[in-house]
Amino acid sequence: MEVKAPVPQIPPPVWTEFKDLQEWEKYRQSRPEGDKHSGLFEAVTDGIYNFPGGFVVTSLADGFLNWARKSSVWPVTFGLACCAIEMMATFASRFDVERLGMVPWASPRHSDLMIVSGTVSIKMAPMLKRIYDQMPDPKWVVSMGSCANSGGPFRHGYHVVKGVDRVVPVDVYVPGCPPPPESLLNGLLILQDQIAHFRKTGERAKPSAKID
Amino acid sequence: MAAGGEGNALTVTVPPEQWLALGRAARESLGCGYFNFSSAVDWKEEGLEVVARVENLDAGFSLTMKTRLGPGVTSVASLTSLWRGADWMEREGWDMFGIRYEGHPDLRRILLSQDWEGHPLLKSYAVDTPYPPYR
Repeated sequence: MEVKAPVPQIPPPVWTEFKDLQEWEKYRQSRPEGDKHSGLFEAVTDGIYNFPGGFVVTSLADGFLNWARKSSVWPVTFGLACCAIEMMATFASRFDVERLGMVPWASPRHSDLMIVSGTVSIKMAPMLKRIYDQMPDPKWVVSMGSCANSGGPFRHGYHVVKGVDRVVPVDVYVPGCPPPPESLLNGLLILQDQIAHFRKTGERAKPSAKID
Repeated sequence: MAAGGEGNALTVTVPPEQWLALGRAARESLGCGYFNFSSAVDWKEEGLEVVARVENLDAGFSLTMKTRLGPGVTSVASLTSLWRGADWMEREGWDMFGIRYEGHPDLRRILLSQDWEGHPLLKSYAVDTPYPPYR
């Protein structure tokens, strides 16, 4: 009697079979504000704010928390194309963003900032969304370079997302093709300025007027 | 059949029914063991042209094989039985040009996502077709 080895049947990868991403998306749809709002926290802060003289306490607390937030923005390293080379130069010793409290971190779960550096293709966009969803709130996104801003020179390509703001909300757009490290550094300083005026309103910070 | 070229490079054009026979001759008679690339050209109303380049690395000889499929034809014999390197190249040909390689073991998209509609390197593909929310 002949014994045949079982032939392994490996199904081809079909992207619609990844149920966890869809369930996570459904979960996100049911909580669009994420962890930004907590009823108890809102009630306590409203109580303190409405108490006579209480706004001083909340302003001081907001200022302190925003100072803490802006002083340790950890960007997740999300290099997609040639802009990532300039991003690496920004992280390296000459331009040294570590003096601003930024540590390039290789995990989205410990990060506050995602620097989208490069062309986002249509196949990459769901993965980018997923990494953004894995970051804890509050979180920020810097769109670096023409490709991430609008599609850039590849805007009329068949596979290019015409701006990463079609996938995730963007706080600071850094122009350039690619932007030099000084430009990205300026964008990060602008982001820190936005974080310094961050309020728990669920809305994005307005761009400050002093930026030319 | 027409041949041309210079030096150690040769270009051979055959009708599509002799495509596999040409590949076998290149593999067995000319000793071309290295599959360099395979691609296609869209000549609009004249139809598609499949191009493949194989090389004999020991002799420094390269052979460029071409075949015109004719208008409306999207089927050609696969070269995967001769070169395993043709596998992914022909998947890319299916992905970008919609060419059905007969005899390919696993003909599915390689670069674009599996639910993509159309073949974007064809001249008839409209690149600004809306693809919400990305395009």
